[in-house]
Amino acid sequence: MNNNVDLSVNIAGLKLKNPVIAASGTFGFGREYAEYMDLNKLGGISVKGLTLKPRQGNKPPRIAETPAGILNSVGLQNPGVEAFIKEEIPFLRQYNLGIIANIAGNTIEDYCEMAEILGDADIDAIELNVSCPNVKAGGIAFGTSCAGISEITKRVKAYCKKPLIVKLTPNVTDIKETAKAAEDSGADAVSLINTILGMAIDIHRRKPILANNMGGLSGPAVKPVAVRMVYEVSKTVKIPVIGMGGITTGEDAIEFLLAGAAAVMVGTANFVNPAACLDVIHGMEAYLRQYHIGCVSEIVGKLELNQ
Amino acid sequence: MAQVLKEKIAALDKLAPGVFKMTLKSEIIAQTALPGQFVNVKCSEGLNALLRRPISICNVDRDSNTFDIVFQIKGIGTEYLSQKKVGSEVDIIGPLGNPFRVEGEFKKIAVVGGGIGIFPLLNLLKASSAEHKDAFLGFRNKELIVLEEEFTQASDQLFISTDDGSAGHKGLITDLFINEIDKKKYDIVYTCGPTPMIKKVVEIAHKNNIRCQVSLEQRMGCGIGACLVCACKTRLGDEWEYSHVCKDGPVFWSNEVIFD
Repeated sequence: MNNNVDLSVNIAGLKLKNPVIAASGTFGFGREYAEYMDLNKLGGISVKGLTLKPRQGNKPPRIAETPAGILNSVGLQNPGVEAFIKEEIPFLRQYNLGIIANIAGNTIEDYCEMAEILGDADIDAIELNVSCPNVKAGGIAFGTSCAGISEITKRVKAYCKKPLIVKLTPNVTDIKETAKAAEDSGADAVSLINTILGMAIDIHRRKPILANNMGGLSGPAVKPVAVRMVYEVSKTVKIPVIGMGGITTGEDAIEFLLAGAAAVMVGTANFVNPAACLDVIHGMEAYLRQYHIGCVSEIVGKLELNQ
Repeated sequence: MAQVLKEKIAALDKLAPGVFKMTLKSEIIAQTALPGQFVNVKCSEGLNALLRRPISICNVDRDSNTFDIVFQIKGIGTEYLSQKKVGSEVDIIGPLGNPFRVEGEFKKIAVVGGGIGIFPLLNLLKASSAEHKDAFLGFRNKELIVLEEEFTQASDQLFISTDDGSAGHKGLITDLFINEIDKKKYDIVYTCGPTPMIKKVVEIAHKNNIRCQVSLEQRMGCGIGACLVCACKTRLGDEWEYSHVCKDGPVFWSNEVIFD
């Protein structure tokens, strides 16, 4: 019996050896994790959200633990797109993995300029971050309306030479609509969900724990919401969907695939277990073997609803 | 280099109400950890208490390949840890962080610690080969005084204060530290504890031209320098930047840090 399982996926031209991508903001540029795991085993990495100029991020505390999850308000601390190209791409290119540049900005012009700068860089895809809840200007402001998503997607797409993934926020009334707006405006894929806006309060100080007052909720606590949204979006759009939200095991990842995701991102779990992505890959493989499925893409969207 | 380890609990002792010392068998940590470094400890079996808890290494025993951490019950994670059974395993990542500088150039040293900030200072005193070592430890009250014997042995002179005067000097530990400065002419002071105390020690050290290292605390995520949540302000020329306590610290030179 052939035990080999084909884990490879092709997401709108982004070819990955397996469907597990380290989620933006949880994996830096991979350097820290290289001490704990073989980065060659990863399908890909979506790097820490990049801005045109370096950003210092928000005041600490930037994190609060909540039941089965965390709230964060890092605020896009990053060295800027130029430093990424110069310092981080050469490091990541030592490894066999897909490199996704996650970009964020204050204005549409910022996004376009970054897409243009990245046009000649050795990356495999761009993820448009229009869903960060932790910055005052830009970010999520573009991602909460169909008009906002349409305009930014169209304009960035004009500069984008690589597959363009639009990362969607769950902080909307109907994510199917924003996903459709992204598809209609030229997105090659969508990824979801970014974090859910939340708040945690220190009752003794009668103040929010986060210095920024509110932050984005991630981790296992958000998984059912994420699975539902991935299901809804994958039924709505024809472009590939990358699912994320609280994945810590291979079983979790399979849920997303059955719901319609072509690939998954693993985020918060990396903080707890630096080799979480590898555990997810191994768990997926075990599931596919158990059901004698030769190719991971065969189960994408194979969810059967109860009648 | 830090590793993910599953290590056995050799002993677990209650030192004071809500304060526990856990001894773990670990050749890697015992042989490689430096004073000021910490381990990031998984404090649950499932998905609650999701994040690891960073706990500083209090003592290493290179002969028996064990090390100690001391923690205070603050929430569900530390509560879980306090109920572990001797012989069971704990999932840790370590040794992590930037250690104290304890090289021979410092002949007279002082450590100033408050509350649960005292623990990394014990490891430092033991590792230091300085000619004279003073320890200044502040506690809330007599009941919470821990490791007095260990600190006595590791130092030349131990000074204790309590907030309520139930033991030692009544008041701030920095009062005792100031009193000794002229007599002792310390080359360096190391400090760890509540931020107001650290700020005071730094102020005293700078006024008296004593070099000073501080060990900072901040809410952490990954503990390995990737998530960027444990930010602290540090100098960058005339400007400032956010460094990160887990990887750039927890130990910094006092003149690097900007206290808001």
